[in-house]
Amino acid sequence: MDPMQAIRDTFFQECEEQLGELETGLLSMQEGSADNETVNAVFRAVHSIKGGAGAFKLDRLVKFAHVFETTLDKIRVGAMLASLPVMKSMLRAADVLADLVTVSRDGGEFDEARSNELIGELNAHREEKAAPQKVEAAAPEPEEDANPFAALGWEPLTISIEAEINEYVIHFRPKPELYAKGNETTRLMRELSRLGALSVQCEIADVPPLANLEPEQSYLAWRATLRSEQDIAAVRAVFEFVDDDCLLDIEKVEPDAEALASEPSAVEGLSDSPAFVAACDDKSGEDCAAAAGDGKAENPPHAAPARETAAKADSAGSTAQNTIRVDLDRVDRLINLVGELVINQAMLTQRVLEAGAVKNASIATGLDDLEHLTREIQESVMAIRAQPVRPLFQRMSRIVREIADATGKNVRLKTEGEGAEVDRTVIERLADPLTHMIRNAVDHGLEKPEARIAAGKPPQGEVKLSAAHKSGRVVIEISDDGRGIDRARVRATALNKGLIPADAVLSDSEIDNLLFLPGFSTAEKITNISGRGVGMDVVKRSIQALGGRISIASRPGLGSTFSMSLPLTLAVLDGMVVRVADQTLVVPLNAILETMKPKASEVHGLGPDRQVIAIRGGFTPLIDVGYELGFRYERSDPMQGVALLIETEGGYRSALMVDSIQDQRQVVIKSLEANYGHVEGIAAATILGDGRIALILDTDAIVSASSGRNSPSDMLLAG
Amino acid sequence: MVEIVSKTNAAREYITFRIGDQYFCIDIMSVREIRGWTPATTLPRAPGYVRGVINLRGVVLPILDLADRLGFPATEPTARHVIIVAQTGKHVVGLLVDAVSDIINMPADKVQPTPDVGSDAARAFVLGVMAIEDRMISLIALESVMPTPVGEAA
Repeated sequence: MDPMQAIRDTFFQECEEQLGELETGLLSMQEGSADNETVNAVFRAVHSIKGGAGAFKLDRLVKFAHVFETTLDKIRVGAMLASLPVMKSMLRAADVLADLVTVSRDGGEFDEARSNELIGELNAHREEKAAPQKVEAAAPEPEEDANPFAALGWEPLTISIEAEINEYVIHFRPKPELYAKGNETTRLMRELSRLGALSVQCEIADVPPLANLEPEQSYLAWRATLRSEQDIAAVRAVFEFVDDDCLLDIEKVEPDAEALASEPSAVEGLSDSPAFVAACDDKSGEDCAAAAGDGKAENPPHAAPARETAAKADSAGSTAQNTIRVDLDRVDRLINLVGELVINQAMLTQRVLEAGAVKNASIATGLDDLEHLTREIQESVMAIRAQPVRPLFQRMSRIVREIADATGKNVRLKTEGEGAEVDRTVIERLADPLTHMIRNAVDHGLEKPEARIAAGKPPQGEVKLSAAHKSGRVVIEISDDGRGIDRARVRATALNKGLIPADAVLSDSEIDNLLFLPGFSTAEKITNISGRGVGMDVVKRSIQALGGRISIASRPGLGSTFSMSLPLTLAVLDGMVVRVADQTLVVPLNAILETMKPKASEVHGLGPDRQVIAIRGGFTPLIDVGYELGFRYERSDPMQGVALLIETEGGYRSALMVDSIQDQRQVVIKSLEANYGHVEGIAAATILGDGRIALILDTDAIVSASSGRNSPSDMLLAG
Repeated sequence: MVEIVSKTNAAREYITFRIGDQYFCIDIMSVREIRGWTPATTLPRAPGYVRGVINLRGVVLPILDLADRLGFPATEPTARHVIIVAQTGKHVVGLLVDAVSDIINMPADKVQPTPDVGSDAARAFVLGVMAIEDRMISLIALESVMPTPVGEAA
């Protein structure tokens, strides 16, 4: 790949991460639960995006990020309050920034008007809140035209001082012993830079001409200016180990706004002098040291105002460094290989048992250990693909904002369990159904503020999105505190659309489940928010395609909860191992409602060759799996087998007849398409413990083949 | 492939194998490995010559009964039968044959056009024939013997 393109790709990947941080931070600021570090993280996110964008000459992005950043900076230095209207604008600005990043990456149209409107809004907030403090006046405004600096990836920041910031001037002149003991000025300065904003100047006046230079002598001295929250003892502590080997003078000076304001130019002047000036920016103690080493003074001092938290920033930075980017293909390959290892290990154990060698205790122990290790490896490898649902939830908060604005409702999104980890593919394929359900919750579920007040609820509605691990699956719930499902209306609609007979006796939960029927939409008029041509049936199908189940609970006047139970990974599936006509098949467990042994009294013939089974008063068609798959040419006797009651995508129930149930286990999904092709009625293949391949049944396709309907059978288990 | 070879006339290596009393060969470059017969899992609604699928170190490998495919009586596989794992394009299949006999080296101009014997199977599946000692060996057109799965989805 073109190296520039690769760097660009990385930039956009990082943008995604920064945008995520930005959103999280802004939300907690809005909640009022933000500390200084959050504000700084938010600022850093916008700043990094701007810096990168400058390097790629993404001018629109730079321009917008700049205004955003400037406004954030005001909040950061306390010159502006993070009031609710301000935070609202901020969140919308974050949305625009995200759009700008997307447009910059993928091309396409961008709503210039919206961006300009927000720029205006942000500027207005800044004007109105800009308190004329002394410090403020002393601080040079960030230059309006940031481009010359942005091209370098950074720019000078506003300098401002909070009252508790101390300023120290440190004179440091190492003795030769310091170097002899293996200490280094660079390290000490780096240590200092962790305490706050540091500006270091090297004094070279004592360096003799080359001819007289003693290589083991120490000629250099440094003058450092540090602004830090820390007291003088903390500064002194940095030099604790070199105290005897240097001449050290630490002096606390009163911060003087005048001097500070004039400092940049003063230092600029120095950069021409023989003194070497190095500037440290937020996180690059290294850079600082490097610059000092190079003796170059290309950067004016980059005194970031957030110095007081530089140490914290460092720790945040180090969490980021603990991750690596790996190509997904490599991870998948590893997962495949580990899958083989597990199967191979099972086969080996079986062979050893067959050979009778298991009497040998050391072999048995060895096999046990091997099994233990392989399971552990498998779990760890699967965990690589797992990602927290946080980014997904963050996207939802934007959706909520937009719909709340469009519907004039006052909504708060509460999220819980964002740290729960799920397979990346599950997360990706969950985005659409989740978006749809969130839209529904706000549009249909929540009432308008007036109606809420009338119902004795707070005017602000709440939508709660939560994720939690439960018995090997992840359960995601979306609940609102709105009006709940209007069952009478749901029933009437279903009747109107001919989905239920007029005299149907339905329980509450059966009525709720009518929402999932294809062709059902409760919205009387199609709004452009929820009515996008997809109904809850599509949501249900997408969830089922992921191997999940969805259910509703609703209480009139109190709200509704949709809960989805999903597998943690798509690479394995919970299946029931069954025998059909001497073949071993796997039936996905999430399709099976119950299993039963048919009695002669329950099975009734219908037409010349079909049978139904009576289950709690209703009649469900019996489907002979062996016959449908062509494994036998005669339908078997239902009394000899086991019936698996399943529910298909359309909510239809059928009973699948198999000969016997053998086992229930997790199986690794293998593609049949890779070397062969799609087989009607079969979703995929898997390898059982004996090393043989078993086919995984596509229950929906079997049912539709049996009833002669054509259905999109490849919907299921398409991954 | 054969055309290119005939222009340069470079010698190629072929793996020869036996089905019944006839000899066949395929280009050695398309052979991935050779292994013994293991029972296959039957695929529903597959053509008769698809014996099913086996697990080749985690890959689901379809097994074609080459005898059946070429119009001979279907093979009754035993432990002595052999599966040639061959690749064409992105697909890997296992060819069930009676026995693998030899590796031969043959210049491209020694590959003669298939004599017209009025057999559709010969026309479709045999690219050419070659003579080794007193045997005739038919060069199998691997792409053509590949299965066309029933109801293949897009």
